Amino acid sequence: MEQSRYRLAALAGLVANATFGLLKVAILFATVEAAGGELAGYDVATMSAYVWISQGLLGSVNLMGRVDIAERIRTGDVTVDFLRPLDVHTAMIAHELGRSLFNLLPRGLPSVLIGVLVVGMATPDAPSSYLLGAVSLLLAMVLSAATVYLVAAAGFWIVETRGLQLLYMVAAGFLAGLFVPLWLFPAWLQAIALSTPFPALLMFPTDILSGRITGLGAVGLVGAQILWLTVIMAVGQLMTRAGRRHLEVQGG
Amino acid sequence: MAEATTGSRGWRTDLAAYRAVLGSRIEAQRSYRVSFAVDLASSLLVGVVELAEVLVLYRTVDRIGGLDLAQILLVFGLADFCFSLADLSFGHCDRMPTYVRAGTLDVLYLRPQPLLLQLVTSDISLRRLARAAVGLIALVAGLALSDVPWSIGAVLLIGIALVSGYVTFAASFVSAAGLQFFVINGAEMTNAYVYGGRYAASQPASVWGRPLKVIFGFFFPMAFTAYLPVVTLLDLPGSDFLPQWLGWCAPVAALWSVLFAALCWRAGVRHYQGGGG
Repeated sequence: MEQSRYRLAALAGLVANATFGLLKVAILFATVEAAGGELAGYDVATMSAYVWISQGLLGSVNLMGRVDIAERIRTGDVTVDFLRPLDVHTAMIAHELGRSLFNLLPRGLPSVLIGVLVVGMATPDAPSSYLLGAVSLLLAMVLSAATVYLVAAAGFWIVETRGLQLLYMVAAGFLAGLFVPLWLFPAWLQAIALSTPFPALLMFPTDILSGRITGLGAVGLVGAQILWLTVIMAVGQLMTRAGRRHLEVQGG
Repeated sequence: MAEATTGSRGWRTDLAAYRAVLGSRIEAQRSYRVSFAVDLASSLLVGVVELAEVLVLYRTVDRIGGLDLAQILLVFGLADFCFSLADLSFGHCDRMPTYVRAGTLDVLYLRPQPLLLQLVTSDISLRRLARAAVGLIALVAGLALSDVPWSIGAVLLIGIALVSGYVTFAASFVSAAGLQFFVINGAEMTNAYVYGGRYAASQPASVWGRPLKVIFGFFFPMAFTAYLPVVTLLDLPGSDFLPQWLGWCAPVAALWSVLFAALCWRAGVRHYQGGGG
């Protein structure tokens, strides 16, 4: 019974994914056609790949900002986690990574299948696109967990992180290029987006997996992801240590 | 049933009670000033980002689906303004699965007031006014920039569109809440047409293929909330399945949404067996 409930949740997620995907396809295809068949390097087939790969990643990269540990920090349950012989920060990321990897099956794969079989989309020719794409995807998942952790860890100081989480959700979706590819933004907005880790969560792996960016360019994107991951992991470690010292457990 | 018991009480005392409840909700939100300010800011940002998603596309091309920038502003403004107001009053019906899981819904069943009215008045999210403001600004800008042939008919059409749009979106929140009695863990299924519906409503429906036109043109009549009234208002050519005069039928679409919502809600309320415990 419990299993079937979760299967329903997976199906529901897929329905939502496909609905938004079809609406994105409709408006973005119309835009590409209005531009004469080519827009910022996208044609209809590569635009389709962008839509279905990015939709498929939604179950695996966290653009919502919501994560279980935020509630544990708010209620003080995190003290129990600190007593365990595991690093709270890396344990949370490992936990999230497991969920992200699993979600590729019920969320990622069907979305890409809709793209390939129903709508039609470009697929990369070079084997390196798949290899680098897999690396980039893995990095995006870890980076997403590490970034969301920072939102939750702010709770060591401000207790209620709901407002922050909402800001994260709005900024992340837009700047990661969820509804419109980053490369259609005006230059100044692109610069703002690229100064945040969000494009590394969604736009970069999508570009590599769709074969839109190959070779050295793709290696560069993976490099940028590694750089972001290093910075954000370091900040996460610092916040965890400082937070542990600052931790106040409310109530008695 | 809970509904039957209210008939005997005076409407005036009922209204006074609801007014008191709503007043306290509003007061409660205003008293935490910092948190309310953050809420307002993020809500404003939601509206701005949604508008930016449209503007970014129009930076690259002049027309999408037959609409230029001024016309799409009008569509976006109508859709987002109505959706934000519906979200403000009915949006928290979304939390139905939480209420069911936590068992708090059972408490509402015990009170001698209609369940839906209790749910609606349980929260009014004032922060969503900020997002409505973005929609209103886009709507006014769209009206000013596109060549509206002003007449009594035009004003009437805009008025009809605003009311029908609000009702259609509000009904979709209610039908979603009703369906969630059946699919507790499947909230994303209804999100697909509630939030997907908002996204659809702000698009030119002429870009949709036939399946989308059936789903968001008629079954969940999102095209009637903004795109079709604008096409009628500005005398633009209609498209396949969606002729120009259909804009006047927005109230029919709203009525259908209300009927569908009533069906879903009733079925859901009857299906509910309690949270246990």
